[in-house]
Amino acid sequence: MKQARTLFDKIWDAHVVQDIEDGPTQLYIDRLYCHEVTSPQAFDTLRDKGIGVYRPDQVVAMPDHNTPSDQQQCINDPVGRKQVETLQRNCEEFGIKHFAMGTKDNGIIHVVGPEKGLSLPGMTIVCGDSHTSTHGAVGAIAMGIGTSEVAQVLASQCILQAKPKTMRINIEGTLPAGSTAKDVALYLMAQMTTSGATGYAVEYAGSAVRSMSMEGRLTLSNLSIEMGSRAGLIAPDETTFAYLKGREYAPKGKAWDEAVEQWKQLYSDPDAVFDKEVTYRAEDIKPRITYGTNPGAGIAIDECIPTLEEVPETERQQFLSQLEYMQFKPGQKLEGLPIDYVFLGACTNGRIEDFRAFASVVKGRKKAPNVVAWLVPGSWKVRQQIIDEGIDKVLEDAGFELRLPSCSACLAMNPDKVPAGKLCLSTSNRNFIGRQGPGARTILASPLTVAESAVTGVITRHSV
Amino acid sequence: MKRKMGEVLSTCIPIAIDNCNTDLIIPARYLASTTRDPKFFGEAFMRDLRYDADGEPISDFVMNQPDYCEQPHEGVHEIIVAGQNWGSGSSREHAAWAIAGYGVRVVISSSFADIHRNNLLNCFVLPVVVSPAFQQELFESIAAVPQNKVKVDLPTQTVTNLATGHSEHFDINGYKKYCLMNGLDDIDFLLETLPLPSKFVSE
Repeated sequence: MKQARTLFDKIWDAHVVQDIEDGPTQLYIDRLYCHEVTSPQAFDTLRDKGIGVYRPDQVVAMPDHNTPSDQQQCINDPVGRKQVETLQRNCEEFGIKHFAMGTKDNGIIHVVGPEKGLSLPGMTIVCGDSHTSTHGAVGAIAMGIGTSEVAQVLASQCILQAKPKTMRINIEGTLPAGSTAKDVALYLMAQMTTSGATGYAVEYAGSAVRSMSMEGRLTLSNLSIEMGSRAGLIAPDETTFAYLKGREYAPKGKAWDEAVEQWKQLYSDPDAVFDKEVTYRAEDIKPRITYGTNPGAGIAIDECIPTLEEVPETERQQFLSQLEYMQFKPGQKLEGLPIDYVFLGACTNGRIEDFRAFASVVKGRKKAPNVVAWLVPGSWKVRQQIIDEGIDKVLEDAGFELRLPSCSACLAMNPDKVPAGKLCLSTSNRNFIGRQGPGARTILASPLTVAESAVTGVITRHSV
Repeated sequence: MKRKMGEVLSTCIPIAIDNCNTDLIIPARYLASTTRDPKFFGEAFMRDLRYDADGEPISDFVMNQPDYCEQPHEGVHEIIVAGQNWGSGSSREHAAWAIAGYGVRVVISSSFADIHRNNLLNCFVLPVVVSPAFQQELFESIAAVPQNKVKVDLPTQTVTNLATGHSEHFDINGYKKYCLMNGLDDIDFLLETLPLPSKFVSE
């Protein structure tokens, strides 16, 4: 009898070139994505060695981190401009598909890949970016890698990796009204800590995950790395197929039918054994926010920050230093606290569904005067869809401006930086010290929470 | 940064920050560079904890204290003893470049984030995983006498706290150990495996 295998095992096994004795596995990579920040030194390595790209057709590149969101005629910072120009030049030299800044194909890699059908079920996908885990939502092994590894994939279409352990996280039941995939991810990080899944590849399963839209699943997989897991897979199903069908690079006609038949085999066998398995009740997952400087430091919006007594003694010093940076106090309630900035976007929540959710909350209302709002679509395709659906008008009427696709205020690598000391309620993925700008204070939340708070001017739950 | 590693015997810099993410190890504004200059990245190592907004050293940060501020060189500060979950967050290899560029050859912690751990190895910096108890002992020995040395011996996979004489074995796979000891990197290995078997066809 054939041994029962997990979804991860099935994809991994199909891509093993060789298992090195007392060493890692040589794994074949179907898709390499490159952005401007983590690739220039990798291309230099190829030049040093006098070699080309082994499978240029399987590499897709686009700038996203340095891209400004107010205009895309030029990048004013000469260092950032050079990096974006370097990517374009490298792609021309090595014959790689490149979606240039300001063109209709461009956007954040982790938004563009799935929406163009470049990321497909059963694939191995890598990129020099930790949020590559996003693409796992279509049923792929997708992992962030370093620049040396980008060079390895460019040179050989392979990577050397130790096989991670497997973990299944089941979310069973129905989410409370107003709770989103983002809240699920924030809940998991708080439960598991930011290193709880280190060494594992996670598969998300359970009825709450099955009933998530593709956009929601992409959000969930995106945040796998914030628990330490490099990969976050979701078995492909009818939701996945419906999302991918007709996408620009997805198979067409007979090839599509054949592909779907193959993809239907991509699930964990019923008796497959995971190295670790945990189950949570969806009903327990209320809308959430973070209070500290790692994504695991979070609470439900109506809860208070833990008191000092509630924190284990060994963790108190670091707990207090996080609160000192955030200018919060132990036991403080954050609901009702005034905010300075809101950010809707990033590879976490920059998809059309996120903008629909935001617009549904602010429709017919007005942005609070104390709030600066950055609404940044994850791609030009998302932006076009926003306009086609008239969402831009709803936002405009409510006093919001729609910006141009970019990583924007998720990380301080383009002009969208939150000033020192200012508090930003953000749909992005990291609340690290200085992440949104030196001294900036970040609270992570869902698009619904961010929208409601953008209108009230204070941290507010969206009641459905 | 390609170099052969055998034994590292050195004083240490204790960075007792748990969950220290790669944004802290090197802030994003240093990522826009296309250079490979180790000095550039070395200077950016822990930048926002070492210097304030005006570029003045923050005196109470460990790397600015008299016992630990000397730039690493042979036998001095070539080892970092770090808090748990070192290198979490962003995949930026720039963090490993910053550590290597600063002159560090070994990072000891009770746990590392997966991507950063691979990046360190690819930059010929050895990540050494020890038990939380041993990690704590190292912090205490260093705090007591900052001149205390730690010995990391790759061939025998042993880390020794010379202050107490206590040792621990650490894991590394045979392939990567051979690479580090001989100054070989993965890309050369992979190029040797080409062309790939016909099963792995081009798109």
